[in-house]
Amino acid sequence: MIRYVLKRLLSLIATLVVASVVIFVAIEVVPGDPASYMLGLNAAPDTVQALRDELGLNASKVTRYVNWVSGMLSGDFGTSYTYRTPVSEMITERIGISGPLAIYALLLSTLIAFPAGIIAATRRGSVADVSIMGATQLGVAIPNFWFAMLLVLFFSIQLRWFSAGGFPGWDQGLLAGLKALTLPAVALALPQASILARVMRSSLLDTLGEDFIRTARAKGLTTRQTLWRHALRNALIPVLTIIGLQFSFLLAGAIIIENVFFLPGLGRLIFQAISQRDLIVVESVVMLLVFAVVLVTFLVDVAYAVVDPRLRAR
Amino acid sequence: MSLRKLIVPLLLAAASVTHAAKTDLVLGMQLEPPNLDPTGGAAAAIDEVVYANVFEGLTRFASDGSVQPALAKSWEISDDGLVYTFTLNAGVKFHDGSDFDAQDVKFSLDRARAETSTNAQKQLFAGIASVEVTDPQTVVITLSQPNGALLFNLAWGDAIMLSPDSFDKAKTEPVGTGPFVFSKWVQGDRIEITRNPDYWGEPAKLDKATFKFISEPTAAFAALMAGDVDAFPVFPAPENLPQFEADPGFQVVVGSTEGETILSTNNKQPPFDNKLVRQALAHAIDRKSIIDGAMFGYGTPIGTHFAPHNPAYVDLTANSMYDPEKAKALLKEAGFADGFSTTLKLPPPSYARRGGEIIAAQLREVGITTEISNLEWAQWLEQVFRGKDFGLTIVSHTEPMDIGIYAKPDYYFQYDNPELQSLIADLEGITDPDARTESLQKAQQIISDDYVNGYLFQLAKTGVANADIVGLWENSPTQANDLTAVYWK
Repeated sequence: MIRYVLKRLLSLIATLVVASVVIFVAIEVVPGDPASYMLGLNAAPDTVQALRDELGLNASKVTRYVNWVSGMLSGDFGTSYTYRTPVSEMITERIGISGPLAIYALLLSTLIAFPAGIIAATRRGSVADVSIMGATQLGVAIPNFWFAMLLVLFFSIQLRWFSAGGFPGWDQGLLAGLKALTLPAVALALPQASILARVMRSSLLDTLGEDFIRTARAKGLTTRQTLWRHALRNALIPVLTIIGLQFSFLLAGAIIIENVFFLPGLGRLIFQAISQRDLIVVESVVMLLVFAVVLVTFLVDVAYAVVDPRLRAR
Repeated sequence: MSLRKLIVPLLLAAASVTHAAKTDLVLGMQLEPPNLDPTGGAAAAIDEVVYANVFEGLTRFASDGSVQPALAKSWEISDDGLVYTFTLNAGVKFHDGSDFDAQDVKFSLDRARAETSTNAQKQLFAGIASVEVTDPQTVVITLSQPNGALLFNLAWGDAIMLSPDSFDKAKTEPVGTGPFVFSKWVQGDRIEITRNPDYWGEPAKLDKATFKFISEPTAAFAALMAGDVDAFPVFPAPENLPQFEADPGFQVVVGSTEGETILSTNNKQPPFDNKLVRQALAHAIDRKSIIDGAMFGYGTPIGTHFAPHNPAYVDLTANSMYDPEKAKALLKEAGFADGFSTTLKLPPPSYARRGGEIIAAQLREVGITTEISNLEWAQWLEQVFRGKDFGLTIVSHTEPMDIGIYAKPDYYFQYDNPELQSLIADLEGITDPDARTESLQKAQQIISDDYVNGYLFQLAKTGVANADIVGLWENSPTQANDLTAVYWK
């Protein structure tokens, strides 16, 4: 078990080192000078030069890479070119929205998908199964930004139950924050829940056909007992993989939903920073997301080992 | 006490609450300012939040574009036009409680024009030789040569007054002298300002204003419809305007801006170094279909680089009327009977992207093939503006009174005409308004006759607001949302 975890950990570190180089090079190669972007059309060349000096853009690329990485290791992500505030502060503030939103959406999608998948699998071919499968088909097909707009039209403009977007801040109370995240979380959760329900159903169906299930039934367990004690636990492995992937996706991939609901999350931060050529912010946020994805993958790998003892031996 | 006795006063109280005029306002903006210091960046969004609200200069723009006294109560100009003596308003305080006086003026102007200054509009201060303090209420600006535009230049957001004690915080916690005090910035979401109770002038009518940042046009629409946002002074989705016009709950405000939108032409790159080719280009463009197709009908056609609402404007659109046959004939005369191909580089705004497609189709009609490439602003600045690597591009020049760019031969469209250069140079020394107007009109005529660029239209300011809001700027003489006179009916 320890060797398995150590091996995973090593591959995690290697991935991060490679990613940092790729991110830095990719962003440096793209044309566009942050200083001239900030100063606009009328700025004199010496003004631009003065700003470049101030931002430390005139140092060599290697120096800047080393400064960036060593800074990150000590928790210092540098200072944003455009906002002139520490990047780590900006990221913390944005994660305070993207993180809860991702968790909220994931909870919703799991809460919908698990029962739906289990019902569909255990009552295969029934009306319930057919309608659940039909609904998930629809859920996968509907683009989430379009679904988001429908939610806004109905719940914000028509009923005025929720505001059309924005985030009041957690200092306005937990309830106000959760309320603001509800529509975005629903919009994000729908396609995820559909995928998850389908995976849950097929994985459970596979497991239910296994020999050990027949054995369990033969030794006198009820259908329900078999399901809870044996089938579900074994069916969870592919579901866990999908949940892991979905969480990374929700954290980084909510850019469009964050734009539709004008939420000040990580996705919008990257979006703004790219167009403003705020290189240091782009680099640090992308690096952080890579870290999050790699970490989630690592945790899922460890979770496999917990769920499936066969993996620990490897 | 019966239930009715309890409920009736409650209902009455509730009714009176809903009838009392609101004193707070939520304003939508598409772009968030990168920081809040107008002296340290060119982003229009900075001025849209703080200009006239938080920060003030010696002079200021009024909504009609005229220059009015602000922190300077009055001024005297010496006969040779070189010495400006400003008398400052008494009793002005910065939001941190410190006094505003002549020392702060000297500090702010010296800082803006310093060698190491990162002021995006440093040229505004170019002619200033010295700034001297006579007494706390009097400051003397001496110029190296007469500059008729000094009072105008001092009204820009880039020339606002800062205190030496708080200037370094201006980017995140601005301290100004204005009628509103900065209170809170939730990055990515909103900025809040509150009324300054100790304001030296006419106090603001609103208690509080919030600027909310919504970049997505459909989200902007939803936010207005749902009542999350009270007004969107520059509404990003013109296609939705008819819907707001039909709704009695909203008012649609269409005003003018300082944005001359032009088909910018690289005057040094062949074949555009040939005036006949540029003339052909001008006649090949149908402004009306561009305004209708790209701007949903909002925008005023222009025939030169000047704002139509300015009293000195001359309508020269007839000089470059849509006439594809004439364009073909001119191309033939220039030796391009079979046409030619060139690049058309488009920055992100929809006037450029949508307008570019229409212009490309119109140019194809007369035999000019364009290779369109869409650029981000940073790339556009690098390739087009700095690198001058382009044939054609579309851009809106939003700085007020910027005809002077035609006198800079190394400006990105590279127009080099000594006659215009001396005209603009002389203009700086002219303080008499009539003589200025005459020179400005002559300059408009010259660039129109030379077909320097394709002159398309003046960008309109299309805003949407709740029908009960009064006092928002209709026009945009500078990029600002001056909230001093705004109130709810």
